[in-house]
Amino acid sequence: MRRRARREVMFAGFGGQGIITAGFIVGRAAAVYDNKEATLTQAYGPEARGSTCYSGVVIDDEEIDYPYLLNPEVIVVMSKDAYEKFLPRLREGGILIVDSSIVKPDDRANKFNVYEVPATEEAEKMGARIVANVIMLGFLGKVWDAVSVEALRESVKSTVPRKYLDLNLRAFERGVELGEKALQKRVEV
Amino acid sequence: MGKAVLTGRHFWYGNIAIAEGAIAAGCRFFAGYPITPASEIAEHISRRFPEVGGIFVQFEDELASMAAILGASWAGVKSMTATSGPGFSLMMENIGLGVMMEVPVVVVDVQRGAPSTGLPTLTAQGDVMQAKWGSHGQYEIIALSPESPQEAFDLTIRCFNLAEKYRVPTILLASESVCHSAGKVVVPPEEEIEIVYRKKPSVPPDEYLPYKPDEDLIPPMACAGEGYSIKTTGLTHDERGYPDTTPEAQEKLVKRLNDKIRMHREEIVEVEEDFMDDAEIAVVSYGQVSRPAKRAVKMAREEGIKAGSIRLITVWPFAEHIIRKWAKQVDFFVVPELNYGQIYLEVKREACGNAETILVPRMGGRLITPEEIYHEIKKVVGR
Repeated sequence: MRRRARREVMFAGFGGQGIITAGFIVGRAAAVYDNKEATLTQAYGPEARGSTCYSGVVIDDEEIDYPYLLNPEVIVVMSKDAYEKFLPRLREGGILIVDSSIVKPDDRANKFNVYEVPATEEAEKMGARIVANVIMLGFLGKVWDAVSVEALRESVKSTVPRKYLDLNLRAFERGVELGEKALQKRVEV
Repeated sequence: MGKAVLTGRHFWYGNIAIAEGAIAAGCRFFAGYPITPASEIAEHISRRFPEVGGIFVQFEDELASMAAILGASWAGVKSMTATSGPGFSLMMENIGLGVMMEVPVVVVDVQRGAPSTGLPTLTAQGDVMQAKWGSHGQYEIIALSPESPQEAFDLTIRCFNLAEKYRVPTILLASESVCHSAGKVVVPPEEEIEIVYRKKPSVPPDEYLPYKPDEDLIPPMACAGEGYSIKTTGLTHDERGYPDTTPEAQEKLVKRLNDKIRMHREEIVEVEEDFMDDAEIAVVSYGQVSRPAKRAVKMAREEGIKAGSIRLITVWPFAEHIIRKWAKQVDFFVVPELNYGQIYLEVKREACGNAETILVPRMGGRLITPEEIYHEIKKVVGR
């Protein structure tokens, strides 16, 4: 039985990319700013410190019966290993968002709704590759309707260190912009 | 000074919710030793305590931590420690001392896979019997088990209230999957949070007997520096707190330590019942397993199966009156747990043969899903 209100997103990459932070920002956006129910779970072992890691967010209108990912409908992939490891978990017809600066999707991605976002390159243009995850959040807010762009923006503001707020907000807006362009492109096609 | 009660809507890990619940309850002394998956409680408290005037000490180990919170509580400060299985084992002796000296303290056990070092980063419910029976001797204790970060906050406050009221170490029996996951936590306005303090002596210092109980079997508690003479010991003692190692004193004291909890069982025990009115199958769960259990019951109801849910918010003392009552109505108790049968044994005992009790065991490492529990309910139908 599928609970229709239950929405799931996974972030996957390697430790140090802000994979857990990205999940936290989405969960906080949904729970605090959209006032829905949300849970965040994450990789906690040695994998959280350098090698492949992930975080998972579940959003629902009612009490969440199972806090872990069951069947993610969106996966944001930010490393090659994460692509190999987690692609099989993506729901059929789900949304695959890849950091195209790092990962080139192959034929296995054809059955998904794929968005290629050069998040790391864009972040480097801003002078800090560390905000690639926040670019992805802006993008996610545009292409996925489970959490609002406004809530995500508020959540970025309340989560990132104050002295990097401007940088993070610029990164977020860049992501939103890329998301808008990607959607327009889909309509034209 | 910073705010002690962070009224508002938050997205917190269970461990943060426990730390904030403790601060909201008035805890101002924390002693502990880091251990996965409980370390974030100490970490957060060490950051927050300076804002609210609390004292945080990282001790050399869990034995010292447990001893320190007993001492701090005797000094009149609400006190807590937090650990996981291996540390919980080390605390057992001093938990017994807390029972014997009747010290209000809160011990958080974030359960992880065990025995021994087991699965440090993964969840379990293997310490349930240890929470009840881990220290030597015959005693009663209180343990509550949260199903979510919200409840981790709420029940930490309730743990403090119960510890203060009944003068007994009270255990928050949490688990990795609640504490290492984040969720929505709504903190009410400060004035809406019920806070209980230990009762104080109503007699002048020269008439005070530290272990003379009132009718509720709980002695009023004077603390160090309040002008009362305080004598306390782990030896069997009389009402003055002097060692009295006779069978008569043992009979009187140990009976009272147990009876003061047993006679208040119905006040202490909190359960949540769903769809029980006409239930023929009751799923009995506690802690993080309750969320999938409740969903499994809803799934069964959608299929026309008369299933209900009994969620034990209070694990100890055991909800024996509740189980005995429903045993007369239901045909089956289905007990999913992340162990190989612990609360199952209690349910089976209290069912008194009136209902069949079925264990759904998982050894830990991951949380059982709603579908898995639903599958077990289906298997019971038509038996």
